Amino acid sequence: MAIKDMFTKQKPKKKKYATIPSEAAKQDVPEGIMQKCPKCKKIMYKKELKKNHQVCLGCGYHYQMTAYERIESLLDEGSFRELDAELSTANPLNFPNYDEKIAADQKKTGMTEAIVTGIGSIDGHEAAFAIMDASFRMGSMGSVVGEKIARAVEEAIRLHIPFIIFTASGGARMQEGVLSLMQMVKTGAALKRLSDCGGLIISVMTHPTTGGVSASFASLGDYNFAEPGALIGFAGRRIIEQTIREKLPEDFQTAEFLLNCGQLDAVLHRSDMKEKLSFLLDIHQPGGDKK
Amino acid sequence: MTGLEFEKPVRDLQERIAELKNFTSTTDVDLSDEIAKLELRLKKLEDDIYNSMTPWDRVQMARHPNRPTTLDYISHLFEDFFELHGDRTYGDDAAIVAGVAKYHGTPVTVIGHQRGRDTKENIKRTFGMPHPEGYRKALRLMKQAEKFKRPIICLIDTKGAYPGKAAEERGQSEAIARNIFEMAGLHVPIICIVIGEGGSGGALALGVGDRLFMLENSTYSVISPEGAAALLWKDASLAKRAAETMKITALDLHSLGIIDKIIPEVRGGAHRDALGQALLIDDVLKPALQSLQIIDSDTLIEQRYEKYKQIGGYAEEKTGPKG
Repeated sequence: MAIKDMFTKQKPKKKKYATIPSEAAKQDVPEGIMQKCPKCKKIMYKKELKKNHQVCLGCGYHYQMTAYERIESLLDEGSFRELDAELSTANPLNFPNYDEKIAADQKKTGMTEAIVTGIGSIDGHEAAFAIMDASFRMGSMGSVVGEKIARAVEEAIRLHIPFIIFTASGGARMQEGVLSLMQMVKTGAALKRLSDCGGLIISVMTHPTTGGVSASFASLGDYNFAEPGALIGFAGRRIIEQTIREKLPEDFQTAEFLLNCGQLDAVLHRSDMKEKLSFLLDIHQPGGDKK
Repeated sequence: MTGLEFEKPVRDLQERIAELKNFTSTTDVDLSDEIAKLELRLKKLEDDIYNSMTPWDRVQMARHPNRPTTLDYISHLFEDFFELHGDRTYGDDAAIVAGVAKYHGTPVTVIGHQRGRDTKENIKRTFGMPHPEGYRKALRLMKQAEKFKRPIICLIDTKGAYPGKAAEERGQSEAIARNIFEMAGLHVPIICIVIGEGGSGGALALGVGDRLFMLENSTYSVISPEGAAALLWKDASLAKRAAETMKITALDLHSLGIIDKIIPEVRGGAHRDALGQALLIDDVLKPALQSLQIIDSDTLIEQRYEKYKQIGGYAEEKTGPKG
């Protein structure tokens, strides 16, 4: 069999000459067991990649993770109890073609929205989690994302446990207009409540975290972290270049750039993530002010 | 001429009336009957036109170069405004003006976005688009207001936070997020009024309050109509359509349950009469402030939280979304 049969065929293109893999090859090696790093081009087994938390073994490139992949890689096995899984958008502005787009992404990802929330634990330390997923409408924040975060924060307040959020979002969801914008307040106000009763808030920004998400809950942790190489910023690169009429540096708005600007507490490599979060959860016990 | 495209029929008729008046005054011919008739028609025409403004017409009105700015309203609404500067960390951002003043005898803190009225002033004020230090100045003075138990009044008028390299380096996101977070917990009444454009997070950073009002021809949106059109349909010229689809007018926000009240504008828009418009704002602001001042601060914060908690459109079940 050919080596290329071992890769996922992401975009099937029309081939001039059809190559028909032999039946034997098809049975021997399942399709898509290997993956090539988009940065250093290293070829790895997918299982090996998964074991390494979706981080390239060659150059340390952090692949985007789905919400459930992250839960699996980070939380204690079997500890996660999902909240509000059934919440979905009601297309409040009756925006044309929006329902279809949502339905398509629900089918593609098997999720109802761009975030998964719930209660789980890291090394036995319980916390409320909100994990965004950029594969669902670019992780954009609409009414459901806002509501689910606010409810998870309220749950953290009720249970006196910390709140940990992993962000991955292009910003506010256009199709819910100003209602999306107001979710910045809903989530920010909920975090303020948690903070006022002594609750710990940790934000980990992953690729990408921009616009209204970076300008609300993503930046409101007692600790604000980012994954290596993540794009983080308020305004888009293109609009800034147009406004100031100059070319921006290559590393502009990367996690490392922001760390240098004093905007982050640390850039955390995914392989250290669990250990570092566990340490913080440990020194902050108990999670909230027990009244 | 300061008129907008959709107002042209009104303008034409006004010109004809002026011509007739001029003719009457310079000759012996008495045209007062005709003039009276035309004036009646003008009134009806104005009613028709101003009562059927499209969202795009209102966008134009909200952006009118002569539209009164924060400083205009401050001078008409408050006594003894004392402007205060600087964020104590980096600098003073002229895109936001802030200070203490008296409102019907009560000490208040007033904060607002400030556009320039000409090119030179616009450069100084970066077209009313703040940098992080602007938001941090606002927050510093809000905290000061809380310390001295002064109500806060915010006037919102911005295209958005400034999209620049320095702004990103100094933490534009964090500055906006921090203001939202802190405003949610301030122990004093906050009243926010959108007087022109309410552009995205840059507006929201002064926009968390116990009462939210919008002038009739102001807008509030997650992105400009041009930006939305470019993003959604890859064509900025569809801005007019975006203005309608995105639901950005005062009427839209009122029916979405986001704002508490629409403040009417003087006929033809606030730019026709800044003082008259200030009085219309006063009519709403004064009773609103009085009603908030008797609420104890914990209840105030609780109600503020509930106000924002109920905003959004979602369904609990996967099937049959509700509108």
